[in-house]
Amino acid sequence: MASTEEIRTDLAEIVNDIAGVAAEDVQLDKSFVDDLGVDSLSMVEIIYACEDKFGVSIPDEDAKNLKTVGDAVAYIERAQN
Amino acid sequence: MTRTVVITGFGAFTPLGADAPSTWEAMLAGRSGVHALRQSWAAELPVTFAAETSDPVEHLDRVTARRLDRSSQLAMVAGMEAWADAGFGLGADNPTDPDRTLVSVGTGIGGLHSLLGNWDTQKEKGLRRVSPLTIPMLMANAPAANLGLLVGAAAAVHAPVSACASSNEAISLAYDQIQLDRCDIALAGGTEGVIHPLPLNAFAQMQALSRRNDSPETASRPWDVDRDGFVLGEGAALMVLETLESALARGAKIYGTLVGAGISNDNHDIVQPEPSGRGQSQAMIKALKASGLAPRDIVHVNAHGTSTPQGDVTEAGSIATALGSAVDGVVVTSTKSMTGHLLGGAGALETFATVMALRDRVVPPTINIENLEPGLPVDIAVNATRTLGEGDLAALNNSFGFGGSNVAVAVTNQNVTA
Repeated sequence: MASTEEIRTDLAEIVNDIAGVAAEDVQLDKSFVDDLGVDSLSMVEIIYACEDKFGVSIPDEDAKNLKTVGDAVAYIERAQN
Repeated sequence: MTRTVVITGFGAFTPLGADAPSTWEAMLAGRSGVHALRQSWAAELPVTFAAETSDPVEHLDRVTARRLDRSSQLAMVAGMEAWADAGFGLGADNPTDPDRTLVSVGTGIGGLHSLLGNWDTQKEKGLRRVSPLTIPMLMANAPAANLGLLVGAAAAVHAPVSACASSNEAISLAYDQIQLDRCDIALAGGTEGVIHPLPLNAFAQMQALSRRNDSPETASRPWDVDRDGFVLGEGAALMVLETLESALARGAKIYGTLVGAGISNDNHDIVQPEPSGRGQSQAMIKALKASGLAPRDIVHVNAHGTSTPQGDVTEAGSIATALGSAVDGVVVTSTKSMTGHLLGGAGALETFATVMALRDRVVPPTINIENLEPGLPVDIAVNATRTLGEGDLAALNNSFGFGGSNVAVAVTNQNVTA
């Protein structure tokens, strides 16, 4: 299984690719919307990209609760186990 | 009160060049922007060529580009050029008042690549792989809306849709809004980016396209006896319109003056031009009336001239009808012989060419004419540029669209400083 840091690094690449946020800014305590400036449509794209990248399923009702990078990384870790 | 509307910035991303100066230079040189398509899907189509631009993504940041359909990418590149050419910055460096700034940008079809691409994705990869950006990418007002956000246009953002007359209608609308004192500055023009197997095949199925697959660069040949249809093109052209007062106050360079426009509808058929050309003539006559010009003031007409068998002859007749005996001495050309047909981008690109022709006193050629259609009632710039005389000059640019729309834009070389 991928480590927390490996998941964060891969997620940072996705966020950079989709929303243009510098990968080093994508840290666990950062809010996607308030800190990183990711808009709602980009957030949907990021969720779908995570499903592809990490081989997990993130239903819409769960996706809306992923406010921070840490929330997303923790969700992906749980879903992979 | 009539306000004087001048043109202070141009941007063009076309099959002839990645900016306005290179596009104009190529027009005067008589270069063709048409070539055989290299895409693998092209080989099986009845028409295997088009007039493509270079890749607009090279001129945009990656995140911006991936959120835009090709039609908007083309418009953004040309719009950024026009805005900068007018001397305006962006963001914190943008000096314009949002409440007095308007965008009017037409497209004939809209975000076709995004629409069809996501439909392919939905069928092949499933419901959840469709981009959440699909709708804002495919909507026909997306180019206008994205440019509105870019330049800070809070007065209004318009996106007229009238097929191949769309961008002349957009210019006409922007002019009217300035006259109505609803804005002082407008970014106006049009875009189209639909070189894709579906529209290429669909236009071919309706017998609208040239099938000169063995010689793409000579396929667009308005008024040649062997013309056999238009050539699909892509690209965008944008211009900054503003009041003369505003332009003079900030010392802006001025390319020319937009003096009026005329709009009519054929009220005849969904795609065929009305054979007598009455509707087309009416648009030109209305443009003259709106601009206070007499037929004898006109020295040049940039024709719609798409290289279709009926359309070119009908238009030549309608120009002669509109100008009467003053048509003698008027130089008519079709720059589509070089650019192909940009559909919703055509009117703006050709208004650009018309303004530049007056400014530089030279009409670009209609290329590829081997045997001129006999008996035309107008003087065509056959295969070579034509020099215009000294003094005050005025010209018309025609655009006609499926649905019967006819839009003629009138420009002069008054106030030129550029």
